[in-house]
Amino acid sequence: MSLDFNTPDFEVIRNGNRCIQCKVCVHQCANAVHFYDEEYDVVCVDDSKCVNCHRCVTLCPTKALVIRKYPLEFRENFNWHGKAIKEIYKQSQTGGVLLSSMGNPEPFPIYWDKMLLNASQVTNPSIDPLREPMETKVVIGRKPERLKFDANGKLLTKMPLNIELKVPVMFSAMSYGSISRNAHESLARAAEELGIFYNTGEGGLSKDFYKYGKNTIVQVASGRFGVHKEYLNAGAAIEIKIGQGAKPGIGGHLPGKKVGEDVSATRMIPVGSDAISPAPHHDIYSIEDLRQLIFSLKEATGYKKPVFVKIAAVHNSAAIASGVVRAGADAIVVDGFRGGTGAAPTRVRNNVGIPIELALAAIDQRLREEGIRNYCSLIVAGSIRNSSDVVKAIALGADAVYIGSAAVIALGCHMCHSCSTGKCNWGIATQYPELVKRLNPDIMYKRLVNLISAWNNEIQELLGGMGINAIESLRGNRLMLRGVDLNEKELEVLGIKYAGE
Amino acid sequence: MLREGKLRIPSGCAISGIIDRKRNKFNGEEIIKSIALMHDRSNGLGGGFAAYGIYPSYKDFYALHIFYESLSVKAQTENFIKRHFDVEKAESIPTRPVLSIVNIPLIWRYFVRPQAQACVSKDDCVDESDFTSKCVIKINTDYEGAYVFSSGKNMGTFKGVGYPEDIGEFFMLDTYEAHMWTAHGRFPTNTPGWWGGAHPFTILNWSVVHNGEISSYDTNRRFVEMYGYKCTLKTDTEVITYLFDMLVRKHKLPIEKAIKVVSAPFWDDIEREKSEEVKNELKSIRAVYANALVNGPFSIILGYEKGMIALNDRIKLRPLVAAEKGNRIYVASEESAIRIICNNPERVWSPRGGEPVVVLLEGEQE
Repeated sequence: MSLDFNTPDFEVIRNGNRCIQCKVCVHQCANAVHFYDEEYDVVCVDDSKCVNCHRCVTLCPTKALVIRKYPLEFRENFNWHGKAIKEIYKQSQTGGVLLSSMGNPEPFPIYWDKMLLNASQVTNPSIDPLREPMETKVVIGRKPERLKFDANGKLLTKMPLNIELKVPVMFSAMSYGSISRNAHESLARAAEELGIFYNTGEGGLSKDFYKYGKNTIVQVASGRFGVHKEYLNAGAAIEIKIGQGAKPGIGGHLPGKKVGEDVSATRMIPVGSDAISPAPHHDIYSIEDLRQLIFSLKEATGYKKPVFVKIAAVHNSAAIASGVVRAGADAIVVDGFRGGTGAAPTRVRNNVGIPIELALAAIDQRLREEGIRNYCSLIVAGSIRNSSDVVKAIALGADAVYIGSAAVIALGCHMCHSCSTGKCNWGIATQYPELVKRLNPDIMYKRLVNLISAWNNEIQELLGGMGINAIESLRGNRLMLRGVDLNEKELEVLGIKYAGE
Repeated sequence: MLREGKLRIPSGCAISGIIDRKRNKFNGEEIIKSIALMHDRSNGLGGGFAAYGIYPSYKDFYALHIFYESLSVKAQTENFIKRHFDVEKAESIPTRPVLSIVNIPLIWRYFVRPQAQACVSKDDCVDESDFTSKCVIKINTDYEGAYVFSSGKNMGTFKGVGYPEDIGEFFMLDTYEAHMWTAHGRFPTNTPGWWGGAHPFTILNWSVVHNGEISSYDTNRRFVEMYGYKCTLKTDTEVITYLFDMLVRKHKLPIEKAIKVVSAPFWDDIEREKSEEVKNELKSIRAVYANALVNGPFSIILGYEKGMIALNDRIKLRPLVAAEKGNRIYVASEESAIRIICNNPERVWSPRGGEPVVVLLEGEQE
């Protein structure tokens, strides 16, 4: 074993004047950064293990702790910067593929922040959501081309089954396994109270959660973990996961250390085994195979559940989405390259896929050019951070959005990017019982309810400002958007005008 | 500055409409008097009228009213028309000089009938009306400087840049007899100076006069454009006209359902609905035609071959008053504009937001 070249990422600073040696930090840190030295009767620190999750900082009763970036600088080099060097140290030491968690953190453009919204002035009145009705409900699913009525005005068209969202925001797929049971329960209960949906992810569904079925979307991914007829019928809709924004082109990763008894039973895999989903579905090698799977799932559920198809935003998304609509999907989910994950190869996460804003604009436009946009709903994911991102996504053409990272942040995630270690101090991305119990679903589900309710209020304010009182009148309403700091090509792809135009 | 059609110009407006349910005809003097009373609601940059029943001797022909900016584009357009239609009559629309009406384009009308083989040779043209509307859209899109501003049967629109009363005088509307008239006075927020931008907007027999700015414009535009329409003018009114044409003519929705689409009931009201059947119908309408909901302030008067419909947005952000006397129904932005031409109406009311005033001609059914 050669020398370990790695240096700490973070420095933990303990203010000796404030610290009362209570050892809360020692008990709280699953990474064993803090430890108690009995001989000297003092709490000590091992910086090298710190992931900067803020658990100790938040819980320290005397606010004695501060965490900083480790003040060790490499010689300045724009090309061989610290991160590039450290990655080589890690790989040359272990021979492994670099793993990361959460979404792409690299400084690519964030188009949400380069689009601005409109508001009414004089020529049309803004609408006050405190005094007038303001509708944010959306209906997701396949729509017939038109409605038919008989001579007496009676509706003849039988509508395909659609699902209704009170707010156009859902909790995106996070499997039981990648996140804890308590995190799952919080999402399910919040979805129920909010009149929206959460997504099981690809890890199956514990029978205890079947009671939240009417607010559940069950996912079918390439690993088919936990997929059986009862499971398919347990939810309100089914989602076929082809790809994920954080790791387009490859399947899911669940490290074996997160596979305990209950996860094992739910996924139908042995305890402690890595759950690595195949890159493709082994029954989908083409678009016509996708159609067969869509209809197999519909057969298995008696045509009572809409089937979504989730794809990662990649170069050719528009054409793929068109194929997916024609294959019979009731909704397309497109996940952008900033979408989160419990574990993904770093190179894939940081270099594969395209921004969701561009993919969304291109897909919506293409489906309209082909005259098929109205057949199918379009849901986007991949780093929707706040209500204005939601509003901009809808103005670009989305029906609704999924949030994953924002939801776990509401549950206490501090974006330390260490989910794959399974040692989440906040009880979210872990299966260790002593960590899981830190997340109390009775309390935490309310934080999710608060978050979405707050966003809903903000969405209503923004809509009212634009003189709109129903969110469907914003969908694809790109005149409500103007770009700043964008070039001609970006404006063209987004289908928006420049500010001042 | 870009001409209207290249950019979108918000406008405020006055609207007025009169219909005689028994099809008794009357000339344009009354409607001019009504719209003139609301002089201050427009600013001299647009006025227009639609008149139904004015061409009884050509009632089986589509009456194309066209503005031309030059003789050359007129020649090109006429060539196109001749290749697709049998032209029964072509003439310049008679006008009389009015001091305030300037920059006048060439104004022509053609009574035409689609050539039989033209209708069938185009695989996606199922009938005469579809063929005609496609040709109108084609001229308006591809022939720069030509603009078809009326294309219905036994009806016509007359519009231009000026105060509506002056436009009415200019087009000699006192010489036309119609059973239904609608009128519009425009208050655009900048100077379009283009005759095509005035109201009414028409496609086939549909005409729309509209007061308001629709906030859902781009949603509605992108929706109708999926179905073969092309919004050449970038005006709210144009997109409303196409929406109705699409819903009623192409999708064959009964008119009262089409109204439910553009001025949809609120979800809360739908939930309160007792009959499951009605609830399901309203939910289906909102789900399927979500992008056809017209959002933002508007009051509109729609004219079509069966009658007249006046409609407000769902929360009545623009004025609309209706009145009834004898065979006639009047609607206008202001009550005064009705009373100036109708003494002692039997009934005057202010329709609620989203609740249409539907007036059918005798013998017509929805």
